Formats: sequence, structure tokens, C-alpha cells
Amino acid sequence: MSVWVFVESSEGGPASAGLEIMSRARELGEVTAIYLGSASDEVAATLGDHGAARVLVADPGDRLAAAPVAAALAARAESEQPQAILFAQTYDSRDVAGRLAARLGVGVLSNANAVRLTDSGAETDHEVFGGTEIATAAIEQRPAIVIVRPKSYTAEPAGGSPAAVETLDLPDAGAAEAKVVESHAEEREGPQLGDAKVVVAAGRGIGSAEAYEMIERLAKPLNAATGATRAIVDSGWVPYSKQVGQTGKTVKPDVYIAVGISGAMQHLVGMKDSGTIIAINKDPDAPIFSVADLGIVGDAGQVVPKLIEALESR
Amino acid sequence: MRVVACVKQIPDPSTPYKLEEGTGWLLRPNDQVLDDTDRYGVEMGLQIAQANGGTLTLVSMGPTGSAQGIRQALAMGADKAVIVDDATLRGADALTTARVLAAAIGKEGFDLVITGTESTDGYAGVVPQMLAELLGVPSLTYATSVEASSDQVKIHRQTVTGYDVVTSGLPAVLSVTAGVVEPRYPTFKGIMDAKKKPLETLTLADLGIEAGPAQEVTGVNPAPEREAGRKIEDDGSAHLAIIELLEQKKVI
Repeated sequence: MSVWVFVESSEGGPASAGLEIMSRARELGEVTAIYLGSASDEVAATLGDHGAARVLVADPGDRLAAAPVAAALAARAESEQPQAILFAQTYDSRDVAGRLAARLGVGVLSNANAVRLTDSGAETDHEVFGGTEIATAAIEQRPAIVIVRPKSYTAEPAGGSPAAVETLDLPDAGAAEAKVVESHAEEREGPQLGDAKVVVAAGRGIGSAEAYEMIERLAKPLNAATGATRAIVDSGWVPYSKQVGQTGKTVKPDVYIAVGISGAMQHLVGMKDSGTIIAINKDPDAPIFSVADLGIVGDAGQVVPKLIEALESR
Repeated sequence: MRVVACVKQIPDPSTPYKLEEGTGWLLRPNDQVLDDTDRYGVEMGLQIAQANGGTLTLVSMGPTGSAQGIRQALAMGADKAVIVDDATLRGADALTTARVLAAAIGKEGFDLVITGTESTDGYAGVVPQMLAELLGVPSLTYATSVEASSDQVKIHRQTVTGYDVVTSGLPAVLSVTAGVVEPRYPTFKGIMDAKKKPLETLTLADLGIEAGPAQEVTGVNPAPEREAGRKIEDDGSAHLAIIELLEQKKVI
């Protein structure tokens, strides 16, 4: 069985969301990694260590990856006929997966928390209704294209030798192509939301956009990343990059502190697998309390400043 | 300039969703609302159409029902709506949806197609990209800000660490994140006008295509429940309980 895993790059190496899926892929068959970025011995070593026998390197340069990479992968998939191609539910991966599937004329299973191969395709489990129910979906096709939510599997080295490196030539689409003309990194203190051991997140219950400063202050002594609900992202209080939940990021930190978050289904699905959940909310009946290990019924504006003071004075 | 915004009617998210016994498909009531995430694309489309002397057409797929959700988007100011409503589309997957939308959009003609990032009820998250591939145009995705002229579009595209500036010529497909613009609220006049605006209903036969196989949902089971822990009322010292737990978990 040949299984391909699409791996994005992050800070010059394979991104964790891709490596997580490699852990599952190597149980399913022989793994080829598709690496989006530029090749190096280190990249080949890391991907090999996580179970890839081979890496196809796709480097789009200043072109937006989706169209040229999907075109090249479609041609390769038609000649090699892999059983499945697995993607992470992240920006570039989703773009390539969507265009690739349309090009090959095959369906996609999205939002997978678990993936299994079947005789004629694949089946996945995905959470519905905020994770209260798990639906199993199946497709019968080759390749089976599956998009896996981050944190569904754990990235663990398996001790393999470096992957054999091959370059994936990208076709020229001419002038009609999207180009990346500049890249900007947001100034961020502390860890990335997806990787942080502690996450402090806020919802509408904090009262105002200005009150989010309190969340950032709380995050600092905990070395936490800051997150948000869709409600306050839609209100423009914080950028979309901070959104946790169904239409945002999935996080699984050791500790998740939910401040002024009622716990809508769409939010719970993105954080309910956190190790320990602490919730502060005025409404004693807020659904967030049903998943919280420690629930504080109280005003965030009262509790959080005291908490910050106690942490900062340590 | 011909601007198209893709919109979807969904069951009101504040009501409990139900799946149909047997198929596992979402049950859709007669009255569905406009997916909140689509309001951003509609607003963006209105602004671009206005600035470049163009029109905004809404394209949708699904049971028309009372068309309440589509009228919401028309009330914001869109010129007309096309909805593909066909019984064989029940349980349609992302690719079928993209094929149907692409056929309807191709029939209308377009310079710029605007979509949300993913729908709230289905959230496969790949329809914009599929649509672009099927229409044979670039896909500029996850836009957090947009500038469009009559022959070019330039966006800030969300990335894990910040944003990229991405440009392409037209025609193109653009997917926008919530917060890209502030959607307007329909005025009373807008709501009244929306009742008279053209709403065209098409079947698959009208488009000359057939529905693909539906994605098969083979089972729906309750997830293992996470148990609630203790809940305390803040008496001015609740922060100490948090400190204690953080110490216990060795975070501090």
C-alpha cells in the first residue's frame, strides 16, 4: 500500500501537523512525503525519521502553492496510483487538497480525527455537533483524499533512515497564476497557538476588545498562547489567526483557560481534548462548565486581574 | 465587472441540528438562514462591484425553501440570485457542490467569484479551491483584506505566522475570512427591494450536469463524554483555586 502525506514547512523544517499524520500513515503502508518547501539533508532526515521512505519536494518559489502543486501531484498520482493522500487541515494543505481532488475528479473526506484504509478507499471519523457525536464517512476511490484535523495523532520519530529525495517539477501556468509578493510575520510573544502547552482564550464575556489586553497579560507568566472564539473574531476584536474551534484551529494544550467563553458547540470541538480545562464565566449554566475540570462562576473582570497579580508576584 | 458571491442557506445555528435517520444527512427546515460567514463575502462583493461599476450576483445550491436566507443577502444590496435546487443533490459532497456552483457561475459569466472560507454546517473547507480548479482560474484564499480593480486582485492571505500579500489577474476565485470587512445591516428599503429582486431557480437538467455519488455516512455514534469537574462560585478568592490547580499541573 502506498500512502502519501502532504507536509508543509515551518521555520525551515517539516511542520508538526504533517509529522503527526506521518505517525498514522506509516501504520497504513509505505509512506511518501510531499514536502512543500526547499529540500535539505535535515528535511530528508526528519521525514525519514518519521517514517517516509521517499520525499517528493515541491518548491513553488513565489507562486501560490495551490494550482501548480495540485497540477503536478495530479499527474504523479495518475501514474503511481497511491492508495491515499493525506493532508492536514491547514491553509496551504487545504488549498492543494481541494484543487487536486477537483483535478482528479474525486471526493475529499474532511475534518478527520481518525483515518482507516479500506479495500477500495478510506473511511474516517469526524466529530459533529461540537464533538458530541462521531460520524463515520466512507469513500470508495483511488486515491482517497483525506484532510486530517491537527492534533488527531501525535508526531513521534520512528527511527527510519533519511528519505530518498526527489524533486516534483511544477508546471508553468503562465500569467494567470497567483503570486506571493510579500510575507509578513505577526509579532508574537510566546508560543504558537497550535503548539503551546498552555492556551488562554477569550470570548464575548470579557466585554470589549480592550479587555483582550488582560488575556495577553495573563498569558505572559504562563508562557501561554492566546486564543479566541469565533464571536470575538467576527466582531473584529482579534485576528482570525487566534480563532479556536470548528472553523478555526484545533488545540490540545496541557491546560486551556477559557475566559468569558460560553462554550458553543463550534468552540468546544476545537479545544475539548485539552488536558485540563479551566473556565471562568458569569453564567452558571454555560455549556463550557460541562467540559471544565475547574469552573469558576464569576466575572472575568474580577477574577482575571487578581490571577494576573498573583502570578506576576511569584 | 461581474462579481459573483457564493452563499448558502443553513439551518439556524442557534437551533439544535438533527441528522436524518439512515442517511446521516443534515435535516434542513423550510426556513433556513444565510450562513453568517457569507455576509462577509456579500459585503466584499458589494464594495468591489460598486467601486468598479459592476453587478453582484448571488449563486447558491440547496433546497430553496422559503428563500429567507437568500433574501437576507439580496437585502444587503446584491442585484440578483441564482439557486440550484434539485432533489438529486441531497447529501452532495464538496466536489459535487463545486461542480454545480461552477456550472451555474459559468452560465452567468464572471470576473471575480467570492466565497467564505467554509460553511458553518458542512465545513468541508475545500469548495472555494475546487471551484477555482473547475473554472480554471487562480484561487486566492483566506483573505483578511482585499483590494480589487477591474483587472487585478491583491489580498492579505492569512498564514500560520502572519500574512502573505498575494496578487493575481482576473478572473479569479477569492475566499474571505470573517472580519475582512464589516458587513452592513439591511435597511428597511433594502428588505423591501429584496422581495422584488430576481431569484432564479435552476435544476441540474438546466445546467446539463448530473449529481455525483453522495458521500456515504456509514455511522453516527455518541462521542465519549468528558466529565465535568468541580464548579465554584467566585467569592473574591477563586483565583487561588486556579493557582492551586496550575501548581498541581506543574504549569507554574
